[in-house]
Amino acid sequence: MAVAGPAPKIERQISLPFNQALKIAMRNITIRLGRALITGAGTMLGIAFLMSVFTGTLVQQARGTAIAPEQLSKNTWLVVMSLLVSVVGITNSMLMNVTERYKEIGTMKCLGALDNFIVRLFLLESGVLGFFGSLTGALIGALFMLLTGIGVLGRLNWVQLLIYLGICVGIGTVLSIVAAIPPAWRAANMHPADAMRTEI
Amino acid sequence: MARDDKLNGSNGTAANGVAVNGSGAKAPQAANGTANGASQDDYGNQEYIVRARGVTRMYDVGGQPVHALRGIDLDIRRGEYISIMGPSGSGKSTLFNMIGGLDKPTEGTVFIDEVDMAQLDAFELAWLRCRKIGYIFQTFNLIPVMTALENITLPMIFAGASTDEQLERGRELLEQVGIGHRMNNKPSQLSGGQQQRVAIARSLANQPAIILADEPTGNLDQKTGKEIIELLKRLNRESGVTIITATHDDKMLDVSDRIVWVSDGKIEKVKRREEVDITLGTLEGSVH
Ligand SMILES: Nc1ncnc2c1ncn2[C@@H]1O[C@H](COP(=O)(O)OP(=O)(O)O)[C@@H](O)[C@H]1O
Ligand SMILES: [Mg+2]
Repeated sequence: MAVAGPAPKIERQISLPFNQALKIAMRNITIRLGRALITGAGTMLGIAFLMSVFTGTLVQQARGTAIAPEQLSKNTWLVVMSLLVSVVGITNSMLMNVTERYKEIGTMKCLGALDNFIVRLFLLESGVLGFFGSLTGALIGALFMLLTGIGVLGRLNWVQLLIYLGICVGIGTVLSIVAAIPPAWRAANMHPADAMRTEI
Repeated sequence: MARDDKLNGSNGTAANGVAVNGSGAKAPQAANGTANGASQDDYGNQEYIVRARGVTRMYDVGGQPVHALRGIDLDIRRGEYISIMGPSGSGKSTLFNMIGGLDKPTEGTVFIDEVDMAQLDAFELAWLRCRKIGYIFQTFNLIPVMTALENITLPMIFAGASTDEQLERGRELLEQVGIGHRMNNKPSQLSGGQQQRVAIARSLANQPAIILADEPTGNLDQKTGKEIIELLKRLNRESGVTIITATHDDKMLDVSDRIVWVSDGKIEKVKRREEVDITLGTLEGSVH
């Protein structure tokens, strides 16, 4: 009877709380762990490289040697290239995700998901991957370079190292989110009726 | 019985410039001529939850127009169990999408609770899909990465229910459809029939007024299909939810209040269950 009665004037809200979205995103990452790891590995390598360049300058500072300008510009160029490659990799792998989850996205829309829920889920998923990928990468990159400067660690600017670490994780996460915008957009704009037809 | 609670709201808002000229429920039937005529007197004053007026849907397939629907007029009463029958390609799913707000008619109007769906913005449509309509599909369409319980609580999350409410109602619904013990299983660990039960529970998550089921038994064997149909009928009886199924499963005839036959995008005939019985008897005799 409760169902048949006149629709009560419910406040018209549709929501997807952040913690729930995060839970769903985490689930989607762990369920496709293989691909997630490969995607994350791209970010990890790019960020590891960036962090190693940062750490390298700190080590050289600690040694008291100046860095050659041409070395610096070459490194910058390499870092930008490697980050670009990882961005393309993320976009590509998220597009694969969207195609695979066509029906799932359509179903979510049937259940009342707004377009921005879908966008948020994909961006979150990519952001989480980017965060962990770049954190790992930054740690690896820092460690690697610190090993080369093992003798001067006492004089190293550790505060600056931490700041660089934060910058690297920030860049990695933001790039991952940006890279997921086109796939997320595509997912959000699909029509639920079309998604339901894909299996025919 | 259901007359009092709708009050006079429906008559006032009905005149949205469509084929409804007068007020009250008889006017829309007139447009449908013989199709609905038989039941006019018995149900004449009851409230309609779905009204379709001159609904057409044209697809453009490589420059060629495909007319999936060619002018559908249909009224569905609150609490009714209605089956849309017709061969594959006759336009059942297209009609289902129109009623469910998943797609927009090329021409014509669909009213849900006297609200013209074409007037709704994206947010209101999402709200309608979330709270007013429950969908059931031939391919179950559960979210594969979520457990049965999580699948059912997802629409509740969208609707803003608290975690406690979600869990309590989710468990309750799973019990109601007879798979409380499979609560923590993923769809891949469930049989087709069990998955469809989860999907039915999910469709009920936010206590919708309408359940739309597109070929709900299409991927199930005869026996399981029968169980699903009986479950749908039971829910219809117990909670009074309106059920609209698109099907070409003859088993569905028996539980329906009314049956709408579509063919080639048009309504061929509409019959009440009692009227069908006679023809069904001979039909069944020849089949079984
Ligand atoms: N998205 C679409 N694009 C092109 N043609 C479509 C589309 N959806 C349905 N049709 C066509 O419309 C007709 C009705 O299809 P449908 O509603 O799926 O029928 P049913 O559900 O009764 O099998 C068919 O001829 C089908 O090919
Ligand atoms: Mg169909």
